[in-house]
Amino acid sequence: MTARIQVQREARRGDLIEVRILIQHPMETGFRYDALGRRTPRNVIHRFECRYGGFEVFRAAMGAGIAANPYLRFFVRAKESGDIECRWVDQENVSGFASARVTVSG
Amino acid sequence: MRRRSLAALVALLALPRQTLAQPIMNPAPGIDARMINTPQGALQSILKGAEMRRGRVRLQLPPNADNGHSVGLTVSVDSPMSEADHVLRIDLVSEKNPVPHMATFFLGPHMGRAEIESRVRLNGTQRVTAVAQLSDGSFWFEAADIAVNESACLDGG
Repeated sequence: MTARIQVQREARRGDLIEVRILIQHPMETGFRYDALGRRTPRNVIHRFECRYGGFEVFRAAMGAGIAANPYLRFFVRAKESGDIECRWVDQENVSGFASARVTVSG
Repeated sequence: MRRRSLAALVALLALPRQTLAQPIMNPAPGIDARMINTPQGALQSILKGAEMRRGRVRLQLPPNADNGHSVGLTVSVDSPMSEADHVLRIDLVSEKNPVPHMATFFLGPHMGRAEIESRVRLNGTQRVTAVAQLSDGSFWFEAADIAVNESACLDGG
C-alpha cells in the first residue's frame, strides 16, 4: 500500500503540526458486484493510528463510509523532535506504514 | 397454508437489506443488533443511553456534491484540548448509507486542536451528523444537510 504523508519538517515547541496523509486503498464497500455477478468482499482500512514520539496521539476506526484512497488531516502539538508514525491495517490484514520526522526547537 | 407460506416469503423479502451489512462496531449491550445499521441504532451505540446536545461541534460540508463517491468534510470541536478538558472521540453518522456509522476518530490532549478532515462516501441527499464526546463524558453534535446528485455505495463504488 502506497501512502503519502505530509508534515512540516520543523516546528517550535507548543506549535500545532498539521499531519496530512493519503493512502492508496480501494476501501471496498462490499456492495459492489463484478462482471460475473459475484459480490466483491468488503475490505476497508478499519484501523488507523498515529504515534508521535512513541505515544499514540490519534486513532481512527473507519468503515465503508470513508471514500476510496482515504485522506486524513489532523493536528498534533509539537513537544520534542521525533517521528510521526502512521500505521493502518485493512480487513485482509494487509498493513501499511508511513512516517515523517519533525525537528522541534525552542 | 399456501397463503401463509406466501406471507412468510413476502415478509422475508421485506426485511431490510441493510441488516446484511456489517457494522463497524458491535452494538452496545441492550441494543437490538438489527438496529445497528440504522442511523438511530448507530447513534444509540455511540451514546449508550446518554443525551447529546447541539453545539460545540462544527461540521463543514459542501451544500451539494456532484457525486457521493468522495465528499470532503471537516469536523472540529470547540475544546481547549488540555489534559483536563479535551475531546475523546468524534463519530460520523450518515442518514442514508447502508452502513450509517462511517467512522470513529479517537482524539486526545496531545493533538492540540480538535479538527479532523477526511473524505466520505454518501449514498444520496441526506443529513450527516457528527457526534463528539468530551473528556467529561458529555456528548455534543452538529448536523449538516447535503444534496448529492449521484450517490455512492450501491453502484460502481
